[in-house]
Amino acid sequence: MDIKGATNLLGNEVITTKLDEAVGWARESSLWPMVFGTACCAIEFMSVAASKYDISRFGAEVVRFSPRQADLMIVAGTITYKQAPILKQIYDQMSEPKWVVSMGACASSGGFYDNYTTMQGIDEVIPVDVYVGGCPPRPEALIDALLLLQKDLREKKYNPNRHANFKGALDA
Amino acid sequence: MPNIFTPLLARISPLKQTLSEDDLSIEVDAKNLFNNIEFAASAGFDYLVDITAVDYLSYPKTPVARYAMVYILRSTDFKSLLTIKSFIINEEVESITQLFKAANWLEREVYDQYGIKFTNHPNLKRVLNHHEFVGHPLRKDYIITNGQHCSIAESLMDEMDVQLEKHNLKDEEHMFLNLGPSHPASHGTIRTLVALDGERIKAAVTEIGYLHRGFEKSAEHHTYSQVIPYTDRLNYCSAVMNNVGYVKTLEEMLGVHVPKRAEQIRVMLMELSRIMDHLVFLAAQLVDMGALTNYWYLYNPREDVYNFLSKLSGARLTNSYMRIGGMSHDLYDGYEEDLQTIITNVQKGCADALALIKHNRIFHDRAKDVGIISAKDALSYGWSGPNLRACGVNSDMRYLKPYYGYDELDFDVVLGSHGDVYDRIMVRFEEIEQSIKIVKQIQATLIDGEINIADRSIILPQKKEVYTSIEGVMNQFKLTFEGIKVKPQEYYGSIEAVNGELGFYVVSDGSGTPYKMKVRAPSFLHIAALPEIIQEYQLADAVITLASLNIIAGEMDR
Repeated sequence: MDIKGATNLLGNEVITTKLDEAVGWARESSLWPMVFGTACCAIEFMSVAASKYDISRFGAEVVRFSPRQADLMIVAGTITYKQAPILKQIYDQMSEPKWVVSMGACASSGGFYDNYTTMQGIDEVIPVDVYVGGCPPRPEALIDALLLLQKDLREKKYNPNRHANFKGALDA
Repeated sequence: MPNIFTPLLARISPLKQTLSEDDLSIEVDAKNLFNNIEFAASAGFDYLVDITAVDYLSYPKTPVARYAMVYILRSTDFKSLLTIKSFIINEEVESITQLFKAANWLEREVYDQYGIKFTNHPNLKRVLNHHEFVGHPLRKDYIITNGQHCSIAESLMDEMDVQLEKHNLKDEEHMFLNLGPSHPASHGTIRTLVALDGERIKAAVTEIGYLHRGFEKSAEHHTYSQVIPYTDRLNYCSAVMNNVGYVKTLEEMLGVHVPKRAEQIRVMLMELSRIMDHLVFLAAQLVDMGALTNYWYLYNPREDVYNFLSKLSGARLTNSYMRIGGMSHDLYDGYEEDLQTIITNVQKGCADALALIKHNRIFHDRAKDVGIISAKDALSYGWSGPNLRACGVNSDMRYLKPYYGYDELDFDVVLGSHGDVYDRIMVRFEEIEQSIKIVKQIQATLIDGEINIADRSIILPQKKEVYTSIEGVMNQFKLTFEGIKVKPQEYYGSIEAVNGELGFYVVSDGSGTPYKMKVRAPSFLHIAALPEIIQEYQLADAVITLASLNIIAGEMDR
């Protein structure tokens, strides 16, 4: 029986769609962020979560600090060389599918901390899906990153192998 | 000369001495260093403010040795400052940990950053940089961009074993648990390894440095004005406060005074910063207790402050609003209305939160008599600000050594009595009220006038001048590229910041770039006491005790 036949048979009782679309829609609408907050950007994340900007409007308010329960890592703040192995460990503990947003200048590039202790961007150790500029970015900018990611998921651009060739500085 | 210095100078006979107002700087021979500090401590200078070192390798005038140690002490009444400096020949000096508990971590930092060894130190290992790091970054011959990857976090069991032995505990009878660094209650950057017997903490070791982002080395590579944005990111919950602390120190070094209006605006913004910082503290503290509703009540008024600050400076969080010699521009038209909104909403938020917790049995049971520290220990650890005031010690510089006309303002210094989590929370609730009182007084008495000093060697020329005259262009160019020239000196300046005494020890060499800059960060000294004060409490108590210290990692790790 083809889809049309099934629709005729079941009438308005069910909605038929493609599996990819259904999964994409579910993923898009229920991102669970794990906030890896270390510095100033984490304070701006607090604003994103508070009533005025309210991340729950975008279906991503279930902030979890356990990597096992999250699929979206938001790295909010400077990552130092000392912090890097921790960041990588937490990232590795998240199960697939997972995404990473690099929030702010420091996480994206080291920012204006071009020195002996600051990693020049988290993509030295983990792959990043969306970079957000700003020091710190305004809450709207982080929401924009979230929308970008959701758009990708909606348009089924999610590719589980997109970082297959990534090799970070701490990967064996 | 204040009487307090007389017995000191009679006994110590320094190689050099400089006296200004209440402050004395002396240079002593390295051989007598420990004895002199011990004597100073017994002669009334019993509060250790800071320890640092200076590397004179590339200093224009070569002194007697490459390294010098600097100890900054305060008198019991906090009013007089004593700076003891000593050149050391063999990169080794005796530890003063037996005199001050604060010296433990401060000396570790000097060892970490400069490689100076302290004999008789109980635990001389790195504190800010990671354990695989090679070299000492604040040495002048360490290249600033020379980063070193860290492959794995250290186990900390070396320190834990010492603790277990000290408390006569057996390794196999305890469960070891890492609280942090990535843990919702550790605020992302603090790691505490605890040895548990059931839920009870028997021993603890704290590790910091996860947000050490090289403020001090970066400052050595930027002009004095370029350092201002870096100061924003020390205590990023109250950026303007750090701006003021920094520019005030520099203005004191330059010997200039900002106009009265600038002082008033600074006080107003500092008190607003205090309010917004305490709001984050209280919101986070209560969330850590499981009281989430308070977060919305207390955090939302911060948005009103952000609204005001973005109109004023263009940025919500990292404002960079202050300039050496004044500030970037004056208040905007109609700011009064926004200020009123802030005050109304902050008061409402605090009242709502207090209505939930003030008579709440759970809150009282959890916060009272938890995480207690005695006033004596707190002083020995170098605590300051609301955390020290919660122990009943008045250390408020705004009151004891008033600056910017704080002596003309009517406000109460808020003191606690128990030094527990409850006091640390309640002191901050009341300080918000007092800061509102100050803001209102400033608003009522704000005078018209200039906001910047009229000194072309410090303040940038007006844009009109830059675009229309060669003198203006040259003025702008020189100030931007060469920086403000500060004549060679070594100076410590401080303010009463949100978390306590925020100080800057600056060594200038006559150029437009700081030769050395050390930040005296209150959070660094507060966190050092954590392992001791959470002992014998339950694990859940450790979480709220940590929160009650209001550790801001940017300031702690710099």
